[in-house]
Amino acid sequence: MEEQPNLSAIQELSRGDKAFENKLLGVIKKELPLEIEAYKKNLKERDFTQTAEIVHKLKHKISILGFEKGYQTAIDYEEGILHNDFLLQHTFEQILVKMRAFIEKF
Amino acid sequence: MNAIIIDDEEMARTILEQLVSQNPDVTLIADFSNAIEAIKYLNQNPIDLIFLDIHMPGFTGFDLIQTIKNPPKVIFTTSDKNFAIEAFEYDCIVDYLLKPLSEERFNKAVKKALLFAQPSKNSLPEEKPKETVQDLYVNIDRRLIKIAMDSIRIIEAKGDYILIKTDSKNYTVHSTLKKIEDKLPNDIFLKVHRSFIINTQKIVDIEDNSVLIDKDVIPVSRSNRAELMNRLNLLK
Repeated sequence: MEEQPNLSAIQELSRGDKAFENKLLGVIKKELPLEIEAYKKNLKERDFTQTAEIVHKLKHKISILGFEKGYQTAIDYEEGILHNDFLLQHTFEQILVKMRAFIEKF
Repeated sequence: MNAIIIDDEEMARTILEQLVSQNPDVTLIADFSNAIEAIKYLNQNPIDLIFLDIHMPGFTGFDLIQTIKNPPKVIFTTSDKNFAIEAFEYDCIVDYLLKPLSEERFNKAVKKALLFAQPSKNSLPEEKPKETVQDLYVNIDRRLIKIAMDSIRIIEAKGDYILIKTDSKNYTVHSTLKKIEDKLPNDIFLKVHRSFIINTQKIVDIEDNSVLIDKDVIPVSRSNRAELMNRLNLLK
């Protein structure tokens, strides 16, 4: 079964502190679209060093939104980009789509 | 312990703020999204501990550590496991935390920082008054030659030797940059590159990654640039 985003990592950090959960989700909601845009822009401009940097940053959000396999995908994709290997591009971008749809609910 | 957070990612700062708030041994004083602002703060405020990201645009966590004198204790917080060995080459590094952070691992790192903690040695440069000596004696061909400190423009590392360029003459001396750096007044002289120390009073101009002294263009490494900029009486 495909991985889906979830709040388990956030809830573990919050220890029931709803204000923190809401604050963190708000920050992700604000930062995620900007990082996705930066990823697309750098990829389009073939600035692969910057693209890898953004993937590096995005992988933290991927893990916080509960993707365990997705986190490894991001690690491998980041490494691949630096060697002009885009085999994982589609899989990685599917994770971004799921994250964005998930975070928009909050 | 008083602590600050330096991380360009707001989500990471928010998580760290939460973890700090849940730990009674740490008090968060400030957080910064970029290293340059943090350096300005650290130059004026005593801090016991920094939670520091490595990957930041323009100026990395390593650049920051190399820039501040007497850095406080540092816990790296990063998504990159590749720098762990390099990190522990620095005395100030207490721990290396991989994101995503867990509360348990975070608290363990703070405990380590407490064990390492010494009487709050902050980032303020502990300017030991340098000798008031105005002259430097160097050994050349078994003769001790006197060089007036204020006449020195540049010192360049040349293998086992250093080249001392003064206003009037150049001297090649069997020594190292490290040894001569310890003899020079650190309010005037600054190491701007692994191979160059300059007399900041002799700077003609600065362009991106180099300084002009007389007719010599001296490279400035990225990690030393911030310290150089801090020294300048800069009109903004």
